[in-house]
Amino acid sequence: MVRLQELHSRIEQGGPEKARQKHIARGKMLPRDRITTLVDPNTAFLELSSLAGHEVYPGDEVPAGGIITGIGTVHGTECMIVANDSTVKGGTYYPITVKKHLRAQTIAQENRLPCIYLVDSGGANLPHQADVFPDRDHFGRIFYNQARMSSLGIPQISVVMGPCTAGGAYVPAMSDESIIVENQGTIFLAGPPLVKAATGEVVSAEDLGGGKLHSSISGVTDYLAVDDAHALVLARRSISNLNWPRPEFPERSFKQPLYDPEELGGIIGTNLRKQISAREIIARIVDGSEFSEFKKDYGETLVTGTSRSSPPFLQHTPPSLNLLDLSLSPGFARIHSHPVGILANNGILFSSSSLKGAHFIQLCTQRRIPLIFLQNISGFMVGADAEKGGIAKNGAKLVTAVACADVPKFTVVVGASAGAGNYGMCGRAYGPRFLWMWPQAKIGVMGSEQLGAVMEAVGKTVGPELKARIERESDAVYSSARLWDDGVIPPAHTRAMLAQGLKAALGGSVEGGETRFGVFRM
Amino acid sequence: MSFLLWPSKSRPSVSRISPSLSALSHGHGRKTLATAATAKIDARPIKSVLIANRGEIALRVGKTASQYGIKIATVYTNPDARSQHALSSPYAINLGDASAYLDGDKIIEAAKKHGCTGIHPGYGFLSENAKFAQKCAESGLVFIGPPPEAIEAMGNKSRSKVIMTDAGVPCIPGYHGTNQDPDFLKSEASKIGFPVLLKAVKGGGGKGMRIAMTAETFYDQLESAKSEARSSFGDDVMLVEKYITTPRHIEVQVFADRHGNCVALGERDCSIQRRHQKILEESPAPKLEEAVRQDLWQKARAAALAVGYEGAGTVEFIFDNETGEFFFMEMNTRLQVEHPVTEMVTGEDLVHWQIIVAEGGKLPLTQQEIEARIAGRGHAIEARIYAENPQMDFIPDSGRLTHLKTPTSTDNVRIDAGFVAGDEVSSHYDPMIAKLIVRGETREIAIQRLHAALSEYEIAGPITNVEFLKSVCQSPAFVAADLETGFITKWKDELFKENIISPEAYSQAALGTYQVEAAASYNSLSHNEVQAGFLTNIQNREFHYARNNPAGTSDAGEVTVYVKNIGRGLFDVRVNDTEYTSVASHWDSASKTVTSYFPHTRLDTRFISEEGTITLFQQGQQYRIRCATPGWVGKALGLKDNTHSVLAPMPCKILKVTVEEGDRVRKEQALVVIESMKMETVIRSPQDGVISRIVHRQGDICKAGTALVEFEQA
Repeated sequence: MVRLQELHSRIEQGGPEKARQKHIARGKMLPRDRITTLVDPNTAFLELSSLAGHEVYPGDEVPAGGIITGIGTVHGTECMIVANDSTVKGGTYYPITVKKHLRAQTIAQENRLPCIYLVDSGGANLPHQADVFPDRDHFGRIFYNQARMSSLGIPQISVVMGPCTAGGAYVPAMSDESIIVENQGTIFLAGPPLVKAATGEVVSAEDLGGGKLHSSISGVTDYLAVDDAHALVLARRSISNLNWPRPEFPERSFKQPLYDPEELGGIIGTNLRKQISAREIIARIVDGSEFSEFKKDYGETLVTGTSRSSPPFLQHTPPSLNLLDLSLSPGFARIHSHPVGILANNGILFSSSSLKGAHFIQLCTQRRIPLIFLQNISGFMVGADAEKGGIAKNGAKLVTAVACADVPKFTVVVGASAGAGNYGMCGRAYGPRFLWMWPQAKIGVMGSEQLGAVMEAVGKTVGPELKARIERESDAVYSSARLWDDGVIPPAHTRAMLAQGLKAALGGSVEGGETRFGVFRM
Repeated sequence: MSFLLWPSKSRPSVSRISPSLSALSHGHGRKTLATAATAKIDARPIKSVLIANRGEIALRVGKTASQYGIKIATVYTNPDARSQHALSSPYAINLGDASAYLDGDKIIEAAKKHGCTGIHPGYGFLSENAKFAQKCAESGLVFIGPPPEAIEAMGNKSRSKVIMTDAGVPCIPGYHGTNQDPDFLKSEASKIGFPVLLKAVKGGGGKGMRIAMTAETFYDQLESAKSEARSSFGDDVMLVEKYITTPRHIEVQVFADRHGNCVALGERDCSIQRRHQKILEESPAPKLEEAVRQDLWQKARAAALAVGYEGAGTVEFIFDNETGEFFFMEMNTRLQVEHPVTEMVTGEDLVHWQIIVAEGGKLPLTQQEIEARIAGRGHAIEARIYAENPQMDFIPDSGRLTHLKTPTSTDNVRIDAGFVAGDEVSSHYDPMIAKLIVRGETREIAIQRLHAALSEYEIAGPITNVEFLKSVCQSPAFVAADLETGFITKWKDELFKENIISPEAYSQAALGTYQVEAAASYNSLSHNEVQAGFLTNIQNREFHYARNNPAGTSDAGEVTVYVKNIGRGLFDVRVNDTEYTSVASHWDSASKTVTSYFPHTRLDTRFISEEGTITLFQQGQQYRIRCATPGWVGKALGLKDNTHSVLAPMPCKILKVTVEEGDRVRKEQALVVIESMKMETVIRSPQDGVISRIVHRQGDICKAGTALVEFEQA
């Protein structure tokens, strides 16, 4: 017993003292501290196979197999936690590491436990490549499991807290949601030395696959964290938004918005051309004004990046559009304790916004979270660059996702509802359970001025009467009189209307349909 | 006559029912000052009263009224709708805006509408508004206070001095005339006697003010005061007054009725002041010769009678510690905040006295009877408990009282409060939370009881002056009754010593947080219950607390507490370098108490945690511990570093911005003038630097913690 205790307490330390000190000096948390931070205070952590790797590799000490696995409670949800220990041989995968990782995944799949991967690994341990790469239960099986579990609706969340190189890059890339620590986590198929050897390109690890790059340009990761502690807070938040396990009745107590919904009237203003900030609206609709924005940085112009790396659709945005304000804000929130996914427009839809919207809708349908669309959209981006960037097919992905999403959907037109934007943002044709209009909202294929311009361009004359008619036909009251919507509502009542709508949609005996998406044109 | 309406408890002694005996006598065997027994008295009972005030005084008045079967109606404003005084009566009238307690017409209208026969104005607001008193009378309402003429006479400072001088009440000697010839002024000064105060007539805020200690320095000081006055107000007309080096504030509680009776209910020493406002008041005034005391009372009654006073009033005197002389300052024509001190030493209910007088009745006690009472009832002290920060020049605070536990009320401990736990201390009004009044057989015992009661007083939420009041109680100078109005300034080093937070307190904060969080951990198996296997170290936790930093300007670093759960309710705790092993700790959510058995002692600590601040009450001591902000917060939320900006210390309105963008400022230079709680505060620069941005301009309303001015980054 004493021997075992001593052995365990040695294993608990992780890698050698020097490696641990180096790890801490980099501002990183030790893996066991990360787990403590991740799980609910004072809850049990059921750790698995701590003796893995003990005296397995002659001459090599691999405490706990270089990976800590176990079941912990995160935000009240039992989760499988898989944490690389980079103080042990750089967190590389020995054969026993792979085996332990796979065993954890098996347990997760058998018990339907959401998986959280705290990634900090140098990838396969190369000298042992023959025993980690080729066979069925080797490295590749990790990603196979991730894909299969995701398809079974078992959430897969990654937190990138160190390198994820080569195969390792697929852990976050195959996850439902991933979080990355800036200036610390990296994701690339080949690191800077290999890139230099292969193409001669000299690039830093951060520029090649750092947090900023992946959160704002590539979209490989969804949330950018400042440090380990922040990343773990974000991971806890992600788990809280899983709607898992689904409570039968949402809690009766909830926080009111911090911002007074009555202020919505003032936020609209009178200038329709002035973009209403989606975040200002959301803050006045959701419980506690708490909004977990998904891919908040994606599509943002990269301040430190070169213009070369900026995707074309960003270079040609209209100058009036504030680039730092994202054109689509999707995210999780609660209304009267009901978890909801919100998609709100902040401007024109680009390829990037369409992709993140489609991804977000997938997350919500997977978790059976109702969707709320705050529609204020004049359309998808047009122009040569947009077309080259495949705006049509990317927009189609959003439209497909919206159309097939088989969760209760609610639409509130808070501004304009025009063009294909109406489709992507769940217009009447896309089956929202309820659709409401704000008094100043406008609906129509396009604004009367643009319509006039288009008609003139094709040789038709446009009289003032036609313009006036189009203007009238776009009006919220005109729409509501024809039952194109379910009513015009005071902006300040949006929260209350949605709460009632949610109750109507979820209150009765509801058979949840399984969402099946059509083919996404890639 | 309304005698029969008096309840038996306060029914005057049989001898005094006869009007012919309603004489007033006082010390030194002098005879009756006045009787008006033959005057026609318009007496009518007050059956219902509207209390035109808020907070503790409204509750206090209501209590006495209810005790005597008088129906009460209360008034409230929008921010006060849910406050205790508003809730205390089923008849509560909404006046509207925050400032509506001053809306006399509305209040009179409400009183009439609800059939009230009297209005009690409390203190502050309309209590000393002669017009309001007049209007009440015109509307057929009994104003429970002095006649309008008396309010008027005492409200006018220069007129009241003339009246007082005529009545033989000493006023502070001085020259207020137009002759500005330096030699003349000097001769006036010599007449007054040095030291003298030279003050610009148009002056204020200490500008244009000098003290000439001796005749030799008179001209220099005069010239200096004049030149400062010229540059500050463009006017150098000076007045000369006697300067009292160590003044005390001593006031006499007087009561007069319509029958010409006037008594002094003892005096109160209110010298412990901050921002020219009292915080500790006591009666009797210590270290006062009996002859002087009698003289004070006599002069106070003379003052009241000189203006035909009725009801409760307070004559304030400035007392010269050096010479034992005293001078009339002013008369407050209302019941005062500190009246409970007098109630404690006389055993009388002054609000009831007010009602009796207003009904046309006679004073319940004679001067002799009062003196006998005072002689047998020892000493009383009142401490005003404020939401304010003594460490930051007593700047007012506001917010929700997240936890409130008062000492037990006894015959010797009284609490007059307007709040209960969960109430909001509004920034619209005076931030006084409560008055704590104690009595003891001697002054020493009273002080000891006050300290004990303050130690039991637990208030979490806004910052309070409770700890400061305790340090005054322990100050040797206070115990020795070395009182003067400059007491707090004089002993500031001793009174403002840093509240050192012990490692045990930090441990309790961490153990509390640990266990509170654990208790909230959903329905999960706790680590405690199912600790299993050979592994141990998951669930060690670190807690980071900001070091106490009253000034709030620079970063004072963090305190880290490591907590390791080593078994059921057992913890190893390390606070920086101090270690406690095997601490058995238990959290009781009902009493909000963390009980921990340290190796050396047991600690029962009340633990209140809200929004990043932990308030502990432990062994009669309050500790406020701020949780350190995680390093990532500022960066993730895009917050600016606070050291480059000056923050609003409380919710406020910007009155004036005294700097421009681009200005180079010195440390301590005024940057912004704000107003909060009807009080102006100057925000000064914490450093030398260049202003990069004025965030808020004149007229803006700011929340606490809002950046007002930003500095250029060094």
